[in-house]
Amino acid sequence: MSSEGKTVLDLKGLLCPMPVVKIALAMKTIPVGAIIEATASDPGVVADIPAWARSSGNELVSLEKMGDREFRFLVKRLK
Amino acid sequence: MSKSDPIKPKRLAIIASKGTLDMAYIPFILGSTAAAMGWEVGIFFTFFGLTLLKPKIQASVTPLGNPAMPMKMPFGPKWFQNVVWPIPVFMMSIPGFQALATTLMKMTFKNSNVATIEELREICIQFGARLIGCQMTMDVFGFKREDFIPQAEIAGAAAFLEYAGDADVSLCV
Repeated sequence: MSSEGKTVLDLKGLLCPMPVVKIALAMKTIPVGAIIEATASDPGVVADIPAWARSSGNELVSLEKMGDREFRFLVKRLK
Repeated sequence: MSKSDPIKPKRLAIIASKGTLDMAYIPFILGSTAAAMGWEVGIFFTFFGLTLLKPKIQASVTPLGNPAMPMKMPFGPKWFQNVVWPIPVFMMSIPGFQALATTLMKMTFKNSNVATIEELREICIQFGARLIGCQMTMDVFGFKREDFIPQAEIAGAAAFLEYAGDADVSLCV
């Protein structure tokens, strides 16, 4: 019952709380099991996205620091 | 994942009693973030926080009586923007200074791409946060239901305390 489509979001330039808000809004539009890939520049995402994933019951697949103000993460909708 | 029940979502209760631009951000940033995380959110607007329920929010800010507010210019070259200007207190009561400080503060936020108060309030509403106006202070300050956005509810302290009684996080600003 899951699909492996991938949505890509560019969150660069957005500051708290917008990265978390945009991810939460995008989650509503994808089916369960689908993945969102996003890039962000706010260093706050390092703490915020894992916290959001734990709180909302979704999965943080990966979170990498690509550069000084560049972060890439993948989140999966679990419910 | 509330403390009492692992299945129920966490609940956030905020009392917003201030209406200045700097104090308006706190309830709306925390509210929108919590709502985006799947929490239940209820914000109780009372006293000067009631002005944040008007359709058009016209919050101002001033460093007068706010000594922790640094005076920096949000324009010009980087070294210029880093200068902290020592403005004498008497200057802050010159007509127009408060409007200037408000404009500069809004520009500072815009430079960093921070959402506006109205945008954050809209996000709260989109995620189902409850925005509640305090009945008592509405009567005292002469606000009517029609002065506020249609999504606002009106309630008293007891109703809000009942909500906050089960909250995981309760804050007052």
